Amino acid sequence: MAGEPKAYAKPLPHLDEENRPWWEALKRHELYLQRCRDCGALRYYPRALCPECLSSRTEWIRSKGSGKVYTFTITYQNAAAGFRDALPYVLAYVELDEGLKMLTNIVDCRPEQVRIGMPVAVVFDDVTPEVTLAKFRPAV
Amino acid sequence: MSLIRKAAIVGAWEHPTRFAPNKTMFQIMAESARGALADAGLTIKDVDGLCTTGVGMGWMGLLGFCDYLNLTPSFVDSTAIGGSSFVAHTAHAAAAIAAGLCETVLIVYGSTAASQRFAIGTGGVAGGGEPCDQYELPFGPTTVGSYAMIAQRHMHDYGTTPEQLAEVAVIARQHAAMNPEAKYREPITVADVLASRMVSAPLHLLDCCMISDGGGAIVVTSAARARDLKKAPVYLLGAGEAVRHAARGVRDFLDIAAAQSGQLAFERAGVSHRDIDMAMIYDSFTITVIATLENLGFCKPGEGGAFVSGGRIRFDGELPLNTDGGGLSSNHPGMRGMFLLIEATRQLRGEAGARQVRDCRTALVHGTGGNLGTRHSGATLILSNQAG
Repeated sequence: MAGEPKAYAKPLPHLDEENRPWWEALKRHELYLQRCRDCGALRYYPRALCPECLSSRTEWIRSKGSGKVYTFTITYQNAAAGFRDALPYVLAYVELDEGLKMLTNIVDCRPEQVRIGMPVAVVFDDVTPEVTLAKFRPAV
Repeated sequence: MSLIRKAAIVGAWEHPTRFAPNKTMFQIMAESARGALADAGLTIKDVDGLCTTGVGMGWMGLLGFCDYLNLTPSFVDSTAIGGSSFVAHTAHAAAAIAAGLCETVLIVYGSTAASQRFAIGTGGVAGGGEPCDQYELPFGPTTVGSYAMIAQRHMHDYGTTPEQLAEVAVIARQHAAMNPEAKYREPITVADVLASRMVSAPLHLLDCCMISDGGGAIVVTSAARARDLKKAPVYLLGAGEAVRHAARGVRDFLDIAAAQSGQLAFERAGVSHRDIDMAMIYDSFTITVIATLENLGFCKPGEGGAFVSGGRIRFDGELPLNTDGGGLSSNHPGMRGMFLLIEATRQLRGEAGARQVRDCRTALVHGTGGNLGTRHSGATLILSNQAG
């Protein structure tokens, strides 16, 4: 029907008790990282234990949501549902100012404009009522 | 305990098929097992160890294959770390033989990836159940894209050019022209690679391996048993394996598993890079070869592009590489580690025909499994035809 959004066809994350706080923060348009309260190591993606020292004592740190493109590819071919209609798109690692790399999409620009080292800022994409994805766009 | 010359490859057989819509995966595997055992002068009753895994196989597929061939092995290994798995299996088999767990191990692979139309590189990424998948799959990663991101960073950091990447594909095709069983044998140029369509920038179609059907098997036995068999033994000198991943978000993505597995294999084999007469290096994509050569220490980081140029990796060059035509031009039925082992064995036996490397005594095999840009494994083996 005209004007009605198509059903979201791309893969959605499985939410569970280990990762739910992170996804709920994204829904509020807030990006968080985890830091170990014992050894201080930052980590992404979120998980229950620190992989450096196995401590379960974790604090959540609010990320500034700014960083740089670490590397990227312009995807011209992907037969998977949801993506085959969205070509070309930019798959990238962004290195946050806090030092952690996240796999993401670079949006709100032409794919050909993306460069390694380009400053980017987080943009919150509410893809379904339950799920918001952290994508990045060129910083102004 | 050193594994130097404790075990040897005594049988090797590559299935000639590249497209087999009339065969099942287990049939291709069983035909490959028959070929490798006949090559060794052994029978299926001599087999007391089995290693296998596969893209078309369930997680207990090894049990199903034992059922199919009525095997009752006393050593089994179904380590599943991607296309490198069979290289790791060979090391595990040698260790098991040296420890007395078994004497003769069949390592086998088969797949109908092409006739079943698997879109391995560009059909999205399999999986979805692991924690890491939740932070990757929503953004549309592909296998090609994962390697393309490594290529992009390599070009940025070191000035590696698309022409240098293309050189890997051009040489692979030259080798394939000398391999009657290779799927693609028509010559190509650097310009052809650059003119082929972009799949995931900066990787063009001809920077990517094919998807074919196929299979193969090798037989590994103790050095003592090997001496009495039909073919000259190909001894295992040293092995190493390693894993790289996102490392809680702090990985340098140009540091790949080959750095760790290669160093271990060289140390354990007691040989140096100068001793390597030819190498079989998994060529899922052209960048895979360049990054692997650097991480194995054949050249410094950033020098891989120059290293593969000027004919150095031709069968008559300084470091002959992927002399069968590789996954880029000979075959790639989903996983290629098996064919690295088979071609290295052919070269060390002097059975490689028009593409035979002269005075080939020591070969290096390196398999990469998984995705360089997210998670992958590396398995390195050093093999020799010298009895000591």
